[in-house]
Amino acid sequence: MNRETVLQDLRKKFSGEIVEFMEKSPKRVYIEIKKDSLRKWASYMIKDLGARFNIASGVDSRAHIEVLYHFTLEDINLIISLRVRLKKTDLEIDSLGAEYPAANWIEREIHEILGVNFKGHPDMRKLLLSDDWPEGVYPLRRDYKEWDPNAIRDRGV
Amino acid sequence: MPRTIVPIGPYHPLQEEPEFFSLTVDGERVVGIDVHLGYNHRGIEKLSEMKTFDQATFVVERICGICSTSHPFAFCQAVEDIFPMEVPERAKYIRTIIAEGERIHSHLLWLGLAGHFLGYNTVFMWAWKLREEILDVMEILSGNRNNYAMFRPGGVRRDIKAEDIPVVLKKLDSIVPTLDMLRRAVMDDPVLHARTKGVGSLSKKDALSYGALGPTARASGVARDLRKNCSYAAYDRVQWDMIVRQNGDVFDKLVVRVLETFESIKIMKQCLTALPSGEIDARIKNVPPGEGIGHIEAPRGECFHYVRSDGTNRPARHKVRAPTFMNLPTYKATIVGATISDATIILAAIDPCYCCTERLAVRDTKGTRLYGGEDLVKLSQEKTQRLRKELGVG
Repeated sequence: MNRETVLQDLRKKFSGEIVEFMEKSPKRVYIEIKKDSLRKWASYMIKDLGARFNIASGVDSRAHIEVLYHFTLEDINLIISLRVRLKKTDLEIDSLGAEYPAANWIEREIHEILGVNFKGHPDMRKLLLSDDWPEGVYPLRRDYKEWDPNAIRDRGV
Repeated sequence: MPRTIVPIGPYHPLQEEPEFFSLTVDGERVVGIDVHLGYNHRGIEKLSEMKTFDQATFVVERICGICSTSHPFAFCQAVEDIFPMEVPERAKYIRTIIAEGERIHSHLLWLGLAGHFLGYNTVFMWAWKLREEILDVMEILSGNRNNYAMFRPGGVRRDIKAEDIPVVLKKLDSIVPTLDMLRRAVMDDPVLHARTKGVGSLSKKDALSYGALGPTARASGVARDLRKNCSYAAYDRVQWDMIVRQNGDVFDKLVVRVLETFESIKIMKQCLTALPSGEIDARIKNVPPGEGIGHIEAPRGECFHYVRSDGTNRPARHKVRAPTFMNLPTYKATIVGATISDATIILAAIDPCYCCTERLAVRDTKGTRLYGGEDLVKLSQEKTQRLRKELGVG
């Protein structure tokens, strides 16, 4: 396995599912994918390539919510990040948590701080926020303005 | 069955990671575990977006008090990855030295706590006494016993003085015999074998599917160490061995950590001897727009940072993933089927922080008997005493 063949195979296998293919540096590749194909990608990365799922990062880039799924191929020292751009009106994406336990917690986290819905997640309880956190308020969104004079968290006590 | 969770034991907001575990038990056997997080969520990711790249380095240094240098290390690599750029050779060596010193003191801290949980307070005293020596070394090198403040994007902030190197080398050499004594005492003890072998085993398959990291994964036969596989800093310029064990039980996790301590001393000594001369800082001015990923092998496993820059002097998004985030869920695979007296050491075996085990309550499926953290440590220590008597030791 080397870097060139892995990337070539990805381009060939998923030719219809790639929005943008960016080779940033010899160690980092970012691939923007169509959101419906996420499960197929994850299955290929983990089962066929033997990649390790690092983590997902959710980013509010104002126009969109982006979710990046980072995979490490340790044998060839390469991190492949799959990027999914979600419209703020349609924040739904397939869950990887049911199939891969490694993705379970991070999907719970992204759900509560950015409001992305992971379809088919087995256990969508709150992970980090307190149980009395109001529904539909997402603290890491750019437009987060929630301020409650009675809440301890907002008084800074 | 009513699901009531009663937190028992002192709340320690001063120590990081005050998690809450609720164990469901049937008699002596654990049948389920649930983890609650977020008691001490500090919003570091958001805070970091309000700081400049230089300031954020100090913010992330305060994520963890024990492995304080791993986060700035990963963050600086993420910022450098945005360019992408290489730091000067001397800075790479200094980074390696600081990171390894931290690994030694972190592993010793864990060994001491594990000894305490098992009722071996002598191990606790010895390990922490030895750890003091390493903290002295770090004070000589960085001026601080912890939170070294050595890192900045583009290099390091403080040079290692030539006159300090022989002193540090001598101190490192003086640690090795004591450490070796401790290793033999721990690894050849029949009671410890009886107490930890076959306890809380994590299979290789589970380690892979949960994405376990660091010593937790390497004890289960997963030969992955970022220092070897995705070499960074000066790790590819020194000779050292990756420690891998096969059984995945508490004993193997212990052995991996103890043996890694020796490797770390080897790495530190080689780096100090071969320290190249030159600049220590590339003096980066403007971070271009883009995104970068930094990941390093912290004492507990891979520490992962994702940074996005929009061309200003602050990160537009900064994602932090600490190794315990991936290691904690492996409890689901290791603790079910174990006895309550083994719960403490299994939970401690992935090397979370002390208060993780402190905030643990046990609920019986039939009655309402509850244990707090202190009761569990006591249960665990009593089991060791019992084993000692059975084996006729001490």
